[in-house]
Amino acid sequence: MVALAVATSAFAGEIPRTERRSGYDFMSRETRAMQDDDSANPGLLWVLEGEALWNRKTGAASRSCADCHGDARASMKGVAARHPSFDAAQGRPLSLEQRINVCRVNQQKAPALAWESRDLLALTAYVARQSRGLPIDPAVDQRTQPFLDAGRATFHRRQGQLNLACSQCHDDNWGRRLAGNVIPQAHPTGYPLYRLEWQSLGSLQRRLRNCLVGIRSEPYDYGAPELVDLELFLMWRAHGMTFEAPAVRP
Amino acid sequence: MASALINVPARARRGEIIELKTLISHPMESGHRRTHLGALIPRDIIRLFVCTYNGTEVFRAELHPAIAANPFIVFSTVATESGTIAFRWTGDNGFSVTESVAITVG
Repeated sequence: MVALAVATSAFAGEIPRTERRSGYDFMSRETRAMQDDDSANPGLLWVLEGEALWNRKTGAASRSCADCHGDARASMKGVAARHPSFDAAQGRPLSLEQRINVCRVNQQKAPALAWESRDLLALTAYVARQSRGLPIDPAVDQRTQPFLDAGRATFHRRQGQLNLACSQCHDDNWGRRLAGNVIPQAHPTGYPLYRLEWQSLGSLQRRLRNCLVGIRSEPYDYGAPELVDLELFLMWRAHGMTFEAPAVRP
Repeated sequence: MASALINVPARARRGEIIELKTLISHPMESGHRRTHLGALIPRDIIRLFVCTYNGTEVFRAELHPAIAANPFIVFSTVATESGTIAFRWTGDNGFSVTESVAITVG
């Protein structure tokens, strides 16, 4: 932890712990009400579908998620709040979506679900929902440290035709406006989340790719190591903040 | 895979005004958008929403292409008697979903 603290202080622009704010705090009253009311939050539609998928047998193994993991409300509690997490077999951290697909391929003997497909979003939303209200707590140890550092480097690296780093908006200029929108601090507290702009649920990687296109940079592919490392860094940066999935954002 | 979320109070006093909230999963494709190859994406929307209370229609809404995906409809009615409140969404491509909830009025 000492090493982490030293690494943190190397970047003067980072947001002090007491000033960290979820994207929720920057939203209008109406959008906040939408997130808070389970019968108005469209993300719950995916949670509902995810619950059905959780209990459905699939693949050559004819096994459901519930056959191994039982009741998700107990077994999946806190799981999303500590992803991406290290996978020994692959020797690197995996995002929650990747973890679900590893389980599908290895245990259920079913084909991996496509990124941003309805089924993968639904399962992710259902698992993420079980961590709602818990503090974000990605496990950082010697194994994940290099990936965290890589994510931090990506966050601070200028890229794209606009030559912007993530940190230039989200560390240095949060709270100010980019055209009509308030720049948030980029804490991934509620993914997968429902964006009104998308009219759909979407993953954190979809959001990251949007941002990359915004700075005229070529986005990394879904599941690319760079995106997972960035996810890990963002979750670490938001550690201790309350997990809100499925959130609603404008 | 259509799914709907419905929020209606399970019990109410006779004569009380109750709020009914419905949220349904639907893409509401407007019919005006094109693919990146220029082909028109055909319209696929919910056209009509009807709510009946023990068989009597109490609310009806026509939906149009400008309405966003996953329509959220909130309205109110007077709790008159115990029974069933049914919701029905119908639309393009034979879309039809019916959900119902029980209410106790005393």
